[in-house]
Amino acid sequence: MSPLIYILQKEFKQIFRNPAILKVIFIMPVIQLILLPLAADYEIKNINIAILDRDHSATSSKLVNKITSSNYFKLVSYGANYDQAMEKIENDKADLILELPRNFEADLYKHKETKILLAVNAINGVKANIGAVYLNTIIQSYNNEFRNTIITPSRFNEIPLIEISTANWYNAKMNYKIFMVPGILVLLITMIALNLSSINIVREKELGTIEQINVTPIKKYHFLLGKLIPFWIIGMIVITIGLFIAWLVYGIIPLGAYVTIYVFAAVYLLVILGIGLLISTYAENQQQSMLVSFFLLMIFILMGGLYTSIDSMPQWAQWITKLNPVAYFIEVMRRVVLKGSGLADIQKPLYIMLLYAFIINYWAVLSYKKRS
Amino acid sequence: MLEKRKDQNNMKQFYNFIIKEFYHIFRDRKTLIILLGMPMAQIIIFGFALTNEVKNAQITIVNQSNSPNSIKLVQKIESSKYFEVYNQSTKTDDIERMFKKGTIKLALVIPSDFDNTIIAQNKAQLQIIADATDPNLATTVTNYLSIIINDFQNDINQNKTIPYKIVVETRMLYNPQLKGAYNFVPGVMAMVLLLVCTMMTSLTVVKEKELGNMEILLASPVNPLIIIFAKAVPYLLLSIVNIITILLLSYYVLGVPINGSLTLLFAVSILFILVSLSLGLLISTLTDTQQSAMFISLIVMFLPTVMFSGFIFPIENMPIPMQIISNIIPAKWYYIIVKSVMIKGGGITLIWKEVLVLTFMMTFLFSVAIKKFKIRLS
Amino acid sequence: MENKVIVVEKLSKSFNDFKAVDEISFEVSKGEIFGFLGANGAGKTTAMKMLCGLSIPSSGKAMVAGFDVYEDNESIKKNIGYMSQKFSLYEDLTIKENIKFYAGIYGISPSVIKEKTTKLLGQLSLEKEADMLVGQLPLGWKQKLAFSVAIFHDPQIVFLDEPTGGVDPITRRDFWTLIYEAAAKGITVFVTTHYMDEAEYCDRVSIMVDGKIDALDTPVNLKKSFNVKTMDEVFLHIARKAQRSE
Repeated sequence: MSPLIYILQKEFKQIFRNPAILKVIFIMPVIQLILLPLAADYEIKNINIAILDRDHSATSSKLVNKITSSNYFKLVSYGANYDQAMEKIENDKADLILELPRNFEADLYKHKETKILLAVNAINGVKANIGAVYLNTIIQSYNNEFRNTIITPSRFNEIPLIEISTANWYNAKMNYKIFMVPGILVLLITMIALNLSSINIVREKELGTIEQINVTPIKKYHFLLGKLIPFWIIGMIVITIGLFIAWLVYGIIPLGAYVTIYVFAAVYLLVILGIGLLISTYAENQQQSMLVSFFLLMIFILMGGLYTSIDSMPQWAQWITKLNPVAYFIEVMRRVVLKGSGLADIQKPLYIMLLYAFIINYWAVLSYKKRS
Repeated sequence: MLEKRKDQNNMKQFYNFIIKEFYHIFRDRKTLIILLGMPMAQIIIFGFALTNEVKNAQITIVNQSNSPNSIKLVQKIESSKYFEVYNQSTKTDDIERMFKKGTIKLALVIPSDFDNTIIAQNKAQLQIIADATDPNLATTVTNYLSIIINDFQNDINQNKTIPYKIVVETRMLYNPQLKGAYNFVPGVMAMVLLLVCTMMTSLTVVKEKELGNMEILLASPVNPLIIIFAKAVPYLLLSIVNIITILLLSYYVLGVPINGSLTLLFAVSILFILVSLSLGLLISTLTDTQQSAMFISLIVMFLPTVMFSGFIFPIENMPIPMQIISNIIPAKWYYIIVKSVMIKGGGITLIWKEVLVLTFMMTFLFSVAIKKFKIRLS
Repeated sequence: MENKVIVVEKLSKSFNDFKAVDEISFEVSKGEIFGFLGANGAGKTTAMKMLCGLSIPSSGKAMVAGFDVYEDNESIKKNIGYMSQKFSLYEDLTIKENIKFYAGIYGISPSVIKEKTTKLLGQLSLEKEADMLVGQLPLGWKQKLAFSVAIFHDPQIVFLDEPTGGVDPITRRDFWTLIYEAAAKGITVFVTTHYMDEAEYCDRVSIMVDGKIDALDTPVNLKKSFNVKTMDEVFLHIARKAQRSE
């Protein structure tokens, strides 16, 4: 029998006798997949707005009404004091301040133009942006309504108007869960796979059992394969559990084929496990390997495109992203789940991952030395 | 008299052990480099790379008109920093394929009668198709494009102005350039401190247990609590170094302001560090192997922090039960404090509530950790 | 030349400026029980690791089981057994599983493994504990088991690195009985230890001091040359010159 079989037997037994690992593999995904998407709701709603209406005219009241009756905004203050409003922003009780000046209505009728002031808490850029956009949309809409009460619209517009119709594809309901759940699944797999594989060899180093291995005629690649395969199998199991939960709890069924996901996942796992093995061969103790895995994870995850868009990153960061396996898988997951992309469509990332897997694992075999 | 002697003795022992722990840490060069260098690398990477600004969004334009006005519109879009025109064509067939391949985020369709309708009827229609897999992004890019189109409308209407216009003058507070770093740096600070303090402390203590050295220590005449707390102290100092580097980097390299009192910021950070250290000590009482300590740190510390600190996912959007849970996550309070002090320039009056919460947490965690240690050691 | 299983000529190992092993030379014959003694820090373990293929020598020559340590490292490994200070059996595997694993790696066929395992468990009186996790065994048993696993594949030489650390004298005696049995079967035993009384059990011993071999002879001859009654005293004489100790 090939030594590989013996190694696999040993590894599997050790894994299943370790209660901590079992809990992590089976319980963690379940809990996280259920809780995380609940938290990951990026839809911008409940924007707190403080309105200063210095005009108190019919027009201004109508505008204020329109704003407050929209679903996006919550009125937290309606006073005439700017300092009070600012205080609300400082305390994070308000996100925007809208100030309607004293001659709002009068100026509109007389000069046909009037200015209103909007102050936005821009620390959270997304919220600020979108909040401002929504408010502007409401104001524009009100503006048109107002204009139409004064000028009757004619078949020939005096001023060219461009009408824009917008369509949202692939996620018509703008449901954030469908966007986040596949991404979170990717994160989960990555975390589990990287942690398991990066600690493993180092643990043997620390406990001394690795010497006993190095002194035998065992081949390096047998040893490393013996470490890779069990975790690869576990990874595939976790993906299955994850996809099952995504269906059960969120009703998410990929538009594309499950097979596509599995094929890509199979290659992806090789990359992640390979990285973990590589860390393992260089680290001297478990603390080091854990630290490096942790930091790598943080970088991979935050720059993976789940949280911020990769296109917006500066050029050099986009180059780093090319080395980030998480970014590839998140993108592929989304394409398959939301757009129904098939194997042909994801060829490019698949081949890149294959190359990546080969290089990383080859490097790991080279850097593992039985003799120091 | 004897009591005083005993206390002096204890202090001396404590000091000795701290020195020993420092030696351990400094001898492990690789770990030290990682502990000090990684936070720096992260701040820089995240500060520059993570942004919610929309730039270079890939757009395809299907220009079925090719009239002078439509070309003007296309040029206007091309010159905008928000968009990068991936390609242009005259057919709509390819749009779906490009979306599937993920090469574009947005498509603009200019119908063939664009110029005619503008000239003849003073009306025209354009269609924007957005990839809504990321709803917020779709909303944002759609709006940016709409703004550009409206601008274009103003351009061709040079002589005529739209009457009865309400003009909105917008002022972005605290973060006029909408830099992502303002939001991220406080968050990364929390994560880094949590990582170094909680995880490293728990690992260090558990390592002794795992390698069998704990028994030797327990057999010595020194109060075991001293030994264990001595392990946490070096990480306290390392974290302070980390805070200094992070603040320096974010101020000078990322341009994130420090509008509030630096002393206050430090004081609060140390408070947070103490909370993290006690959490690390608590975790170390729960397990005997480093691997489990790490997993527990991940599940109990890292993930909840990521989820509930408010830096990645907005707390106000979460279902109420989760919002309540977020209150027990120390990082959430620290994140608020740092934002208030660093970026808004607030003082203690603004953050006293949050400081109180953190103080309470620290005391609580500390006492539970001590109690658990006492139980385990007896 | 009779069967020389280990031939070492001016072997050295340096770590930066520190010469852990300083040009040692010696030979070991087949079936010998060769004791490699010295204080902690003298360089014994470093030297042994070079012979086992765990560490590359800085200079000098060495041949183990007929193979050169530089060129044929992996061939050496097929012909030797090893047992380290930490015993290195997997604590979370059972006795049977540990045996099966190591035997399998050395290429022993499954049927032979089964047969020899039963025999071995009988010899060690561990039949009832066959399916018990090694981590649950008392230290002395782990030790004996580790040795047996190390010679399971009938290697030419077995290297033992401080095998009897932390164990009571009776168990140590038992262990040495196992060593005698192995030697009687023709297995050469290369053992490092800092227990000087164990030196009496060896055919020949060498004593390392500060990386060099300061004495190499049978225990009887050594005691005669220093005019003392025990190896302990021999060692004290030699070690007084030592400058390094852990």
